[in-house]
Amino acid sequence: MKTEELLIVQGNEACVKGAIRAGCRFFAGYPITPASEIAEKMAFELQLHQGNFVQMEDEIASISAIIGAAWGGAKTCTATSGPGFSLMQEGIGYAVETETPCVIINVMRGGPSTGQPTISSQQDVMQARFGSHGDYEVIVLCPSSVQDCYDLTIKAFNLAEKFRVPVIILSDEIVGHTREMLRIPENVEVRERQTPKEDPDNYQPYKAQPSGLLDNMPTFGKGYHLLVDGQLHDESGNRKGDDTRASEQLMKRLCYKITDHADEIEDVRTAFIDHAKVLVLAYGSVARSALSAVRQARDRNLEVGFFQPRILWPFPEKALKRILDGVTRIIVPEMNIGKIVKEVERICPGIDVLSLGKVGGDLHTPQEILETIENTDF
Amino acid sequence: MNNFAEKYIRKSALPTIFCPGCGHGTVLNAFLRAVDDLDIFDSLGLVSGIGCSSWTPVFINTDVMHTIHGRAPAFATGLKIANPDLNVVVFSGDGDCLGIGGNHLIHAARRNIDMTILMLDNEIYGMTGGQVSPMSPKGSNSQTTPYGNPEHHFDACALVIAAGATHVARYTTARPRTLIKGIKAAIEHKGLSFLHIISQCPTQTGRYIYGLTQPAEYLQMIQQKSITLNAAKKLSDDELQGKIVTGILHQSDDKPEFVEELNRIKMENSHEC
Repeated sequence: MKTEELLIVQGNEACVKGAIRAGCRFFAGYPITPASEIAEKMAFELQLHQGNFVQMEDEIASISAIIGAAWGGAKTCTATSGPGFSLMQEGIGYAVETETPCVIINVMRGGPSTGQPTISSQQDVMQARFGSHGDYEVIVLCPSSVQDCYDLTIKAFNLAEKFRVPVIILSDEIVGHTREMLRIPENVEVRERQTPKEDPDNYQPYKAQPSGLLDNMPTFGKGYHLLVDGQLHDESGNRKGDDTRASEQLMKRLCYKITDHADEIEDVRTAFIDHAKVLVLAYGSVARSALSAVRQARDRNLEVGFFQPRILWPFPEKALKRILDGVTRIIVPEMNIGKIVKEVERICPGIDVLSLGKVGGDLHTPQEILETIENTDF
Repeated sequence: MNNFAEKYIRKSALPTIFCPGCGHGTVLNAFLRAVDDLDIFDSLGLVSGIGCSSWTPVFINTDVMHTIHGRAPAFATGLKIANPDLNVVVFSGDGDCLGIGGNHLIHAARRNIDMTILMLDNEIYGMTGGQVSPMSPKGSNSQTTPYGNPEHHFDACALVIAAGATHVARYTTARPRTLIKGIKAAIEHKGLSFLHIISQCPTQTGRYIYGLTQPAEYLQMIQQKSITLNAAKKLSDDELQGKIVTGILHQSDDKPEFVEELNRIKMENSHEC
């Protein structure tokens, strides 16, 4: 890419372009509404970049294949929706435990179970954070536009490499299927895979830096006699689950390597924050309606601000607390029964937090959010 | 430790988890002999699932991925596509491969991807204490079939042949030298090689299913039941009941291999760039 390009594409296609721009050269996936376009576009485009696409037999095979391919040296990706995301949870846990960089796109639809295959939702926000068994942390990004799909997918790959963790892109059917302008910049920052510099005899695959991070990602076939195992292990990769101390150390490192760097990982979009007494906190497609409502409220001289987590997990606690001065109410519209609102309640004691959960499949209109704002006793 | 073991064993992973008399130790030995003969140790990529069988490659000092129950062929598929220069070998068990992993096994066979799948069959779920498996004979006594197994077992090789694998063979731990040759042939074959390796579990299968207490008795039983493919052709279906037919049951070089197909597609469509 030498020059800036302007296109009109769907969010799903923007994710593909972002992934390939970030260096993704292996995609394994399975068809599922509303994510199938990602697999289809990958099947077509990866080819043009000497990458590999394979449609696996199910979602479990897909997450497994992208982990295997990561250890084969590739930047890898898969895409799915609710039912497939549920199937992938064990594999995601394996990627966490083995510190395998990979990207999983979940284009959310109505659940539970088969649910509403063609209808958008934000119901999986907690599953993205807590879906696999065990104690762990992952990074979850939440695009609200086609441009976000491109930009945040590149970011996802970079974060996966740096933190050696599976990164989830929590898109939704509305964002995934909306067509709007995508600006492809001339230059983007791409974090290349860092392979180990040490010679194999001195190399310990799971020996971390003081930061808690592993500063390289080895590849099979280079003489490092790697042992990659889903069990609790020591720095050499050997099982250590029966050693309480060693297990505690690893488990904490796997969690803290993310939470200790929350400041670095934080990505929020704010607008009209100045002197805001009311805040509307929204993410994903709902953020579009929320921003529109806040704009209209400001036009009516209501002191309302807009706060959008673009990275949903780790939840941007500090960023939120930073702007709470003078805020007496936070409205949280989301297309689920009321999930992220619980995080907000936890973080903002003493502030009136109002859940605007909406299920059934309709996107919040700016009007209904505006009505809630206007009903506030400023 | 003897010189041969020194060369290949991951000492930091010892001691092995295998019981005294476990057949998987024989398979480990035979596999390393085959690798040594072929001189491919430096290009190995070993992938395993969960179970006693899946511990086997952990003790080998090469690149090993010990994954999740049943999914090794899928991990291995990704690994092979990303790094086709690797000699990818999957270590799996009868439960891992044909129970939870059945789907991934048949699709790996269907794709005819160049890798070798070793199914170490001890007719039981050994790691978890001896529950019935898809390879336990009908009537078997086990921890979850205390009244006898009401189910029939798979003909693993017939299944994998039907699914499209191009090298399918059966061996036992009772004849290790034949096993070494068999592993070599499987690895050398370009395409999906599946080896059904009967491997004794004296601790559970031996005691619960066959009422044996000595590994040697168990190996003798395996040997008595074993019959070569040629000899088997002369027997009727009735006479073949309970027999273990060994040797290469299916071999084909006609079917395109999966990674080659991916490369062919890339070459043919590169004008699109």
